[in-house]
Amino acid sequence: MVRKPPEPVQIVKQRRDAALAALVEGVPYIRYLGITFERHGDELTAVLPFDEKLIGNPFLPALHGGVTAAFLETAAIITLSWSYLWEDIENGKLDPDTLTHGDLPRLPKTIDFTVDYLRSGLPRDAYARARVTRSGRRYASVQAEAWQDNRDRPMAQATAHFLMPRPKS
Amino acid sequence: MTADKATIAKQFIEIIPHAKALGMQITQIGDGLAEITMPYDDALIGDPKTGVIHGGAVSTLMDTCSGAAVMSHPDSPAGTATINLRIDYMRAATPGQAITAHAECYHITRNVAFVRAKAFDADFDNPVATAAGAFTVEAK
Repeated sequence: MVRKPPEPVQIVKQRRDAALAALVEGVPYIRYLGITFERHGDELTAVLPFDEKLIGNPFLPALHGGVTAAFLETAAIITLSWSYLWEDIENGKLDPDTLTHGDLPRLPKTIDFTVDYLRSGLPRDAYARARVTRSGRRYASVQAEAWQDNRDRPMAQATAHFLMPRPKS
Repeated sequence: MTADKATIAKQFIEIIPHAKALGMQITQIGDGLAEITMPYDDALIGDPKTGVIHGGAVSTLMDTCSGAAVMSHPDSPAGTATINLRIDYMRAATPGQAITAHAECYHITRNVAFVRAKAFDADFDNPVATAAGAFTVEAK
C-alpha cells in the first residue's frame, strides 16, 4: 500500500498564514486598532499592541473599555470564522490567493456581546483568546478572555452569540 | 450644581484620547442622561464588502456614552468605570451615516450605577443596538 507523502511543512504554513492574513487584514477596523493574530496550528492568539490613541482614562492611565470590548469581539469573530473555514483551507476548497485579492468569505454577525471588566487595562500590550463553545448551522456561542502581563490575571472576559453566514449556494 | 457636574463630565469625555480619535462629540449631557455622536469613518469598517462599521466601534460609543451618563448623575460623586456591559445588535448601521448613542443612568447606589443605552444611525425609529450595563461609583 502506498501512502500519499505528507505535504512539505512550508507549503502547509504558507497556506494557513495566507488565509489568516487575508481574513484579518481585509477588515479596516482591525487594522485601525492595530490587532494582529499569532497562529500555532489551529490555535489563534490576538495581540493588541499598546498605542496612545487606545487610552480611555488619561489620569490612570487605562485602556478604553470600548477598545477592550472591540478587541475581545474581534478575537471572537476571527476565531469563529477560522474554525469553520479551517476545513476548506486544509482541503484546498478555499484558495488563499483569491482571499488576498479581496474575495473574503462572509463573516458571522454579532447578535449580542457581554463583557465583564475584571481589571483596568494597563498601558501596555494585551492578548486574547476565544473558544467556540457551540457552533451550529445558524447560531454560535463564543467565549473570549483578554490578559496583559499575567495569563492568570485576565483583564476582561466576554460571552457572545453570532449569526452564522449562509454558505454560498 | 448639576450644571457643574455636566461641565466636568463633558470636559472629562472630551479629553479621552480614544473618544477624540473616533471623533466623538457630546451633544447633550446632564442629570444622568447623555447623548454622543460619532461620525462615519472608513477606518471603522468591520465588513469590507458592505462598508458597515464594526460592532466594536458601536460598543466603544455606547460605553463612553454610558460612562458620561453616570458621571452626569446628581448622585455620582466623581468618576466611574465599567463593571459589565451587554450589547444587543439589532441591525447593521447604514454605511456613511453617523452613529448617535443615548444613555440613561436610571438607578444609582453608593457603589453601583445602572445604565441603559441605545444607538441609532439617521433612522431614529429603529435602533442599531441597545445596551445595558453596571458601572462603579468612584468616591471623590
